[in-house]
Amino acid sequence: MSQENSRVVVTVVGKDKVGIIARVANVLAENDANILDISQTIMQDFFTMIMIVDIQNCKVDMAGLKETLDVEGEKIGVKISAQREDVFQYMHRI
Amino acid sequence: MPIGFSNEEIMQTIKMIEAENLDVRTITMGISLLECSDESPEKVYQKIYDTISRRAENLVKVGEEIERDYGIPIINKRISVTPIANILGSCKTDNYTFAAKALDDAAKNVGVNFIGGFSALVHKGMTRSDEILIRSIPEALSVTDLVCSSVNIGTTKAGINMDAVRLMGEIIKDTAERTKDKDGLGCAKLVVFCNVPEDNPFMAGAFHGVGEPETVINVGVSGPGVVASVVKQNPGIPLGILARKIKETAFKITRMGELVGIEAGKRLNVPFGIVDLSLAPTPAIGDSVADILEGMGLERVGTHGTTAALAMLNDAVKKGGAMASSYVGGLSGAFIPVSEDAGMIRGVEEGSLSIDKMEAMTCVCSVGLDMIAVPGKTKASTISAIIADEAAIGMINKKTTAVRIIPVPGKDVGESVVFGGLLGRAPIMKLSDFDSSEFIARGGRIPAPIQALTN
Repeated sequence: MSQENSRVVVTVVGKDKVGIIARVANVLAENDANILDISQTIMQDFFTMIMIVDIQNCKVDMAGLKETLDVEGEKIGVKISAQREDVFQYMHRI
Repeated sequence: MPIGFSNEEIMQTIKMIEAENLDVRTITMGISLLECSDESPEKVYQKIYDTISRRAENLVKVGEEIERDYGIPIINKRISVTPIANILGSCKTDNYTFAAKALDDAAKNVGVNFIGGFSALVHKGMTRSDEILIRSIPEALSVTDLVCSSVNIGTTKAGINMDAVRLMGEIIKDTAERTKDKDGLGCAKLVVFCNVPEDNPFMAGAFHGVGEPETVINVGVSGPGVVASVVKQNPGIPLGILARKIKETAFKITRMGELVGIEAGKRLNVPFGIVDLSLAPTPAIGDSVADILEGMGLERVGTHGTTAALAMLNDAVKKGGAMASSYVGGLSGAFIPVSEDAGMIRGVEEGSLSIDKMEAMTCVCSVGLDMIAVPGKTKASTISAIIADEAAIGMINKKTTAVRIIPVPGKDVGESVVFGGLLGRAPIMKLSDFDSSEFIARGGRIPAPIQALTN
């Protein structure tokens, strides 16, 4: 990744069950994406996890990572989104 | 490890994109074709085709890359070019359909959704080239798929060219007739403007103005669904506070647009022009400007109070957007096309929304009577009179107004027409039964209003 900001926000939303964090973390580890921060809550009965991930040394590009997470999310039964941190920076801060 | 945002902010963004149809409606590359003039139509065809194919070679690819990289849908990739009438003055021909073919072929070659600029600016008078272009419009729109055409017939500074208004009524009728096998689809790609902006990225009215650089990237944001959701989550609150919430939302939507525009410009090595802050509806359920107005507490769009609600919405969108981007341009306001907005369609079908109310609404929002289907038997002079009314609103209020009207051949009030895709579906609207032909037959020029004397 040659982008100046290689940080990605990964969000996971779905019905709570055992092992969600482990499985998402596994996928990230397999692709050499480094987890910088995790926060997790239950919002209105929904498991909601937000991860900040550094993909500087990631084996796949952003599009590839999104796809991999999408597939894993479907297997687990949760919705996983990955967005560049820039998007949030731009939308919520001047 | 500093996270710069709260969880709520992060989830809000995700929700906007995944549940509320937040998207970038269009990345439009403006391309100057001034270098393409020649006496020979064959040479002009080749020059136009080559110039567009070369400059826009990577437009679609880069658009898709950004879409994938940032996870923000970019619905359309489009091209706008120098008004064709301005570059063909020296061309030895009396029909410009070949140039429309060149645009169409080049657009298909680079894979864009639409190409705009089969246009003429005739607000004060017509050159020979302008008139050839206008008279070529019906044929050009019937033999091409992606070409959009626009004609500017008035400005606040120049007044209204009523000879051109009269001619455009006939051209619209002829265009409908020539595309009658598709219910007059050609007219959906033809806009008549007053005070046309030179950097509008939205179709069908986009062209690359004469004050623009060689190539430029303009972005049109969308997001009626996001605004509608904010309005619906806040029932009963006073309008001043609601306006603030809409403003905050418009700010965020516009930031997305600017991010995409700057990134596209960087990757294509083309200067970034403007973000157009328009709320552009799509036929998708929930992506409707009418929904926002109804969310404010109106039973159906078009009822009393609609103009006030729209005025507030339009203003709040502009205020939020103007803070979010340094370069705001184009049309920038709420669009109220009928066929492209499920809520507007319902308003017409249930009788709450008439063409007269729509005309009033166009006084307080961007654009004008947009994607209106009317009976096929409508006289050319009546269409001209509708154009004149809209142009007058634009001229006096120093704003852009436009008419995109489809006299659907063989259809009448009570029937509807389906154009498909982003163009949607339109019920045929009722017009006045009374005649305007003597007024239109006068021709001439409505003088520039006193508002023009600003120097």
